[in-house]
Amino acid sequence: MATTDKEVKELIKREYEHGFVTEIESDTFEPGLNEDVIRRLSELKQEPEFMLEWRLKAYRRWLEMDEPEWAHVDFPKVDYNSISYYSAPKRPEDMPQSLDEVDPELLRTYEKLGIPLHERAKLAGVAVDAVFDSVSVATTFKEPLEKAGVIFCPISEAVQKYPELVKKYLGSVVPAGDNYFAALNSAVFSDGSFVYIPKGVRCPMELSTYFRINAANTGQFERTLIVAEEGSYVSYLEGCTAPMRDENQLHAAVVELVILDDAQIKYSTVQNWYPGDENGKGGIYNFVTKRAACIGKNAKVSWTQVETGSAITWKYPSCVLRGDNSVGEFYSVALTHNYQQADTGTKMIHLGKNTKSTIISKGISAGRSSNAYRGLVKFGPGADGARNFTQCDSLLIGDRCGAHTFPYIESKNKSAIVEHEATTSKVSDEQMFLCRQRGIDPEQAVSMIVNGFCKEVFKELPMEFAVEAGKLLEVSLEGSVG
Amino acid sequence: MLSIKNLHASVEGKEILKGINLEIKAGEVHAIMGPNGSGKSTLSQVLAGNEAFEITGGEVTLNGDNLLDLATEERAREGIFLAFQYPVEIPGVSNLQFLRTAVNAMRKHRGEEEMNAAEFMKLAKEVSKQVDLDPAFLKRGVNEGFSGGEKKRNEIMQALLLQPKLAILDETDSGLDIDALQVVSNGVNALRAEDRAILMVTHYQRLLNHIVPDYVHVLAGGKIVKSGGRELALELEERGYGWLGIKDEDTSN
Repeated sequence: MATTDKEVKELIKREYEHGFVTEIESDTFEPGLNEDVIRRLSELKQEPEFMLEWRLKAYRRWLEMDEPEWAHVDFPKVDYNSISYYSAPKRPEDMPQSLDEVDPELLRTYEKLGIPLHERAKLAGVAVDAVFDSVSVATTFKEPLEKAGVIFCPISEAVQKYPELVKKYLGSVVPAGDNYFAALNSAVFSDGSFVYIPKGVRCPMELSTYFRINAANTGQFERTLIVAEEGSYVSYLEGCTAPMRDENQLHAAVVELVILDDAQIKYSTVQNWYPGDENGKGGIYNFVTKRAACIGKNAKVSWTQVETGSAITWKYPSCVLRGDNSVGEFYSVALTHNYQQADTGTKMIHLGKNTKSTIISKGISAGRSSNAYRGLVKFGPGADGARNFTQCDSLLIGDRCGAHTFPYIESKNKSAIVEHEATTSKVSDEQMFLCRQRGIDPEQAVSMIVNGFCKEVFKELPMEFAVEAGKLLEVSLEGSVG
Repeated sequence: MLSIKNLHASVEGKEILKGINLEIKAGEVHAIMGPNGSGKSTLSQVLAGNEAFEITGGEVTLNGDNLLDLATEERAREGIFLAFQYPVEIPGVSNLQFLRTAVNAMRKHRGEEEMNAAEFMKLAKEVSKQVDLDPAFLKRGVNEGFSGGEKKRNEIMQALLLQPKLAILDETDSGLDIDALQVVSNGVNALRAEDRAILMVTHYQRLLNHIVPDYVHVLAGGKIVKSGGRELALELEERGYGWLGIKDEDTSN
């Protein structure tokens, strides 16, 4: 699946290619956060009363909380009052009902991003919910999904149309007071995706969301909730980009997955938020809480993530394995370059009997970046026969970067089994010499070696995403040689 | 084709090559023999452009052009090929992907169309048979878990695929049993062509029974101390390096 040399050349030449700003009129709140802002937000979204109450409660919790400082990252304090908590592209009247009604400028933005919204969506069989700044712009493929009984819509729409489902599951996996950023998100989340797969249904296509932060000084706080009922299956893809700006931008998302008996959710992310420039200026602060609860027996969840973007990443997609025989998987590639900092990993909480988890983490550090894996594997007293396998590999490019591994294991059950393997390696001079001696460009050689290192994770990604991920690595590694 | 004049090279401040002179014409096969530590491998690495070595004097031209000005990959594209003594592993990168990337880099340099996966697969399967490698190995990671013999056969297969102007074989016979030696030698003999030169570096004469050279040079202490025809190798075998006043177990590197 080698990309042609020509493609690669072009890719290497490119810098952050998604770094354009779209000129469109938008409705943006004045910077600052207080209860009035939350009320306005809730009103604007025509939310039922319970939602406003939920938000306010979260806000009050947040006020009492402190920003976490335990992560292996270093950055100036965020001024939460300098951020605007809502920005939406201005629209003539109501929300657009179809793609034809979407601002053409916006659609061109998506085209530039290579989002398969229109024909490409059909070709690829992907249904897309695109979140631009804070509002869901268009959700394609609604009809065939409705036929299957699948609900896939902006969460703001779900709040109005399916309040009972939202009430039941929102915050059931990540409670509003779970952590500082989750509390903030609960208070001010503006949009996101809602997916509901009914009992016994295999979702007929892969569902996909693209997030983009466009407006300056805006925080993005999207909220995703996916519920897989008994015996159902869904594969969900998530892609992210943001324009190049000198200021840092905050992204604090929450993703909750609920998996019932015999159901499965496969959640894949390719995260390419703007990482800042080569001197470490600008970039996205990506503080995200992602958690899956395997409530039912034989429930299964897999997180697959390829992280190349963000100035700072603070992210631990987790699995709570409550149902007996439930399975959690985490496959991750995190690449940092220049001055990027990543503290990422997972938590596997084994509560049910014979629960199983697998962690494959591949960290790649280049430039002056710092890349940390932080993982918790925990066995509750009832987790008889539970087991975990963890493999944690780090690859260093150059000699100014750092890789760190922080594994935590807590066991309250004697029958639990944990296996942990860790390696650290370098792209060696010998490997580079071999490739170059065969006529291969140094940049292409590095990207080939790195792709090989990530192979175990890439093979978990849906085909389309795997190709995109490979190309992303090539672009992200630009300038890492010599 | 290749002209080496008074070449000096050092590694970590220590001089290894102390004035090498050598002319190789198209169609010729040269063998460089010498005891351990004489600089044989250094010469191969320096010609291929390993940046761990510093050129401290002299010149090397390939068809009149200054070779030492070119980066490693540029030399490769101009037709310099090195079969490594100890080929390194690249985990997770399939041999097929690696080889196709290399072949396409060369083709692109020559202004030819790149080969698609299907075309390349067909070619690679044919060539793998020439060195008696099961095509299944194409899907394995580059040199990953290969036996010593498989690694050497893989190197020769790469030469056959890339069709270089000058193939440098660094101790290609080391670690091979008699059968594997025969296979590798057949591969090298298939490389012989009027427009191609081969430079073999070896410690032992036995390889030269299979691949008969036109010229034999003896390297010692970083210099070529004697040159001759095929018979020089035979005489060396009979009389040992001591005959030329060289210690065989010179471990000065």
